[in-house]
Amino acid sequence: MKVRNLVRIAFKSLTKNRMRSLLTSLGVIIGVGAVIVMVGIGSGAQADVEAQIRSLGANLIVIFPMHRRVGGVSQGAGSRNMLTLADATKLKEQALLVTAVSPLVRSGGQIIGGVGNWNTSVEGVDPSYIDIRSWPLATGEFFGDREVRAKSKVAVLGQTVLENLFPDSDPIGETIRIRNTPFRVIGTLTEKGQTSWGHDQDDVILAPSTTVFYRLAGGRYISRIYASASSPEESAAAQEELTLLLREAHRLHPGEEDDFRVRNQAEIMETASETSRVMTLLLGSVAGVSLIVGGIGIMNIMLVSVTERTREIGIRLAVGARSKDVLRQFLTEAVVLSLVGGIIGIILAFVVSSLLSKYAGMTTLIDPLVIAIAFGFSGAVGVFFGYYPARKAARLNPIDALRHE
Amino acid sequence: MASLIETRGVTKVYHMGDVAVQALRGVDLVVEDGEFVALMGASGSGKSTLMNVLGCLDEATSGEYHLGGVNVHELTGDEFAEIRNQKIGFVFQGFNLLARTTALDNVELPLFYDRSARIEDPRAAAIEALERVGLGDRVEHEPSELSGGEQQRVAIARALVNRPSIILADEPTGNLDSHTSLDVMSLFQELNAQGITILVVTHEHDLARYTSRTVTLRDGVVVEDRVNESRRNAAKDAKDVPEIGDPASVGGFPGS
Repeated sequence: MKVRNLVRIAFKSLTKNRMRSLLTSLGVIIGVGAVIVMVGIGSGAQADVEAQIRSLGANLIVIFPMHRRVGGVSQGAGSRNMLTLADATKLKEQALLVTAVSPLVRSGGQIIGGVGNWNTSVEGVDPSYIDIRSWPLATGEFFGDREVRAKSKVAVLGQTVLENLFPDSDPIGETIRIRNTPFRVIGTLTEKGQTSWGHDQDDVILAPSTTVFYRLAGGRYISRIYASASSPEESAAAQEELTLLLREAHRLHPGEEDDFRVRNQAEIMETASETSRVMTLLLGSVAGVSLIVGGIGIMNIMLVSVTERTREIGIRLAVGARSKDVLRQFLTEAVVLSLVGGIIGIILAFVVSSLLSKYAGMTTLIDPLVIAIAFGFSGAVGVFFGYYPARKAARLNPIDALRHE
Repeated sequence: MASLIETRGVTKVYHMGDVAVQALRGVDLVVEDGEFVALMGASGSGKSTLMNVLGCLDEATSGEYHLGGVNVHELTGDEFAEIRNQKIGFVFQGFNLLARTTALDNVELPLFYDRSARIEDPRAAAIEALERVGLGDRVEHEPSELSGGEQQRVAIARALVNRPSIILADEPTGNLDSHTSLDVMSLFQELNAQGITILVVTHEHDLARYTSRTVTLRDGVVVEDRVNESRRNAAKDAKDVPEIGDPASVGGFPGS
């Protein structure tokens, strides 16, 4: 028999039991749909993470304080914040492979100004910070070295702060009170968006590092040091140089562990995308399992179908079907079931992903390769799980089959 | 010229657990082209087994069987299927039509499996076969929408469609009332008159009278083989038998 005839017969007998065929396919529909959507969500998240990390700034290097071992006992990350403004100044003066260095002093509290009040974090940085982070201003201006030296009480607002305190008016020149200290607003930042872990980067006020350090934070240490390597190629060498300079500043002996950590953008990106790659793999495999379960559903129904249609098989054998014709017929039915399920699943995946990005704000990336693999896999599921029932049908003896009630 | 069907010493043994049942104990039978044979016998006489062997649905345990000059004993499973497809048309007691499938599709079924491509237009051939059995106006009906007699006529059309050498009918009237039985027999007579060889398995002597020859089996051997001298005309008799629903329909066959 020709393939066209086989497919035609398969469609005919499947449409005789529309509801059952649909329910049988449902397993594969959900399986294929889930594989595509899950992998789509995973790769979307991966792309998001990469884009966000890239948005952190060009050739960005971040230095974090690290736990320190006291007599062999780890004190936990950040348990003792060991970075100081002096460290940042030293790096700024001595590092050759970086174009800019900025400390980051973190403080925060209740802000009063404009139409009400708002609680946010205040970050003390140097003028180069917005270049290191590739974070342009929206309006106004940024502070310069003079303001840093003078510990001037000037502030630049992030978009979220702006929206909450000055929804309809221009904040430039206005005064806000940060924990009762008046600051003059001199500029606003453009929108930066969320980080991949959901932190709103725009919910921030930037002020000169010295101002925050001496007037607000009141501590001895700073949170981070940001630096910009002169080029991506110099990134590793710059990291090395910063490490050496900081070890010197912290008077660490050879063999003593660093009490800080220097990370560059590529490393951060690698870690984050490794995480989302694992997530993609995990989601995809769980969905893949559901596709196999769908295949078992097909096998189950095909077995029922063979028993139910024993008489039909007997009739077909009596009028001249060879056992391989019967085998092909049932195999075709199983494959048609799973491939139709696969096609519906693909359509479903597109619908679900567009709904997800529209209403849940998730980025989903549907890779044609994933579609091809999922579709091919659904066909393979049909062949694999359809073969046993089909062989059972093909091995029937025509006389017994005809007598079957 | 070789006979259409020629068996010599055909035996068939079934194994049911440890017990061996000898269904056929050496059947010698010759059927010539154009005959209309009734294969008679009580239940258990082996007539259905013989029909299965003749129809290549089952293989004889021993003996020789030639169908149209071909030694069937030497064939493989696929060749068996091909003989069933090309040379034999089956009609069963229970009609054995595909449910929820139109008469036309049922009749076309054997042609799906015909790899010889000797019939150019399967659809037209199926319609022609249905017209031959008088169901030209019922092609799109499904079995559930047809009466028993009509269903059996669809089955006969299906048996005819691949232009077989012989039609084998196993108790074709077993599920039908008297009037419809006569209708079916008259259709067989008509087809036989057109040159088609027919072998009907039945246990009703009344029906055997419409055939040209009666072969009787008992305990797996042929015990009687005679030509019917006074062959009755089923179409004529059918006029005397009231159709079902008529209070007089319990009367049975005329002349019995």
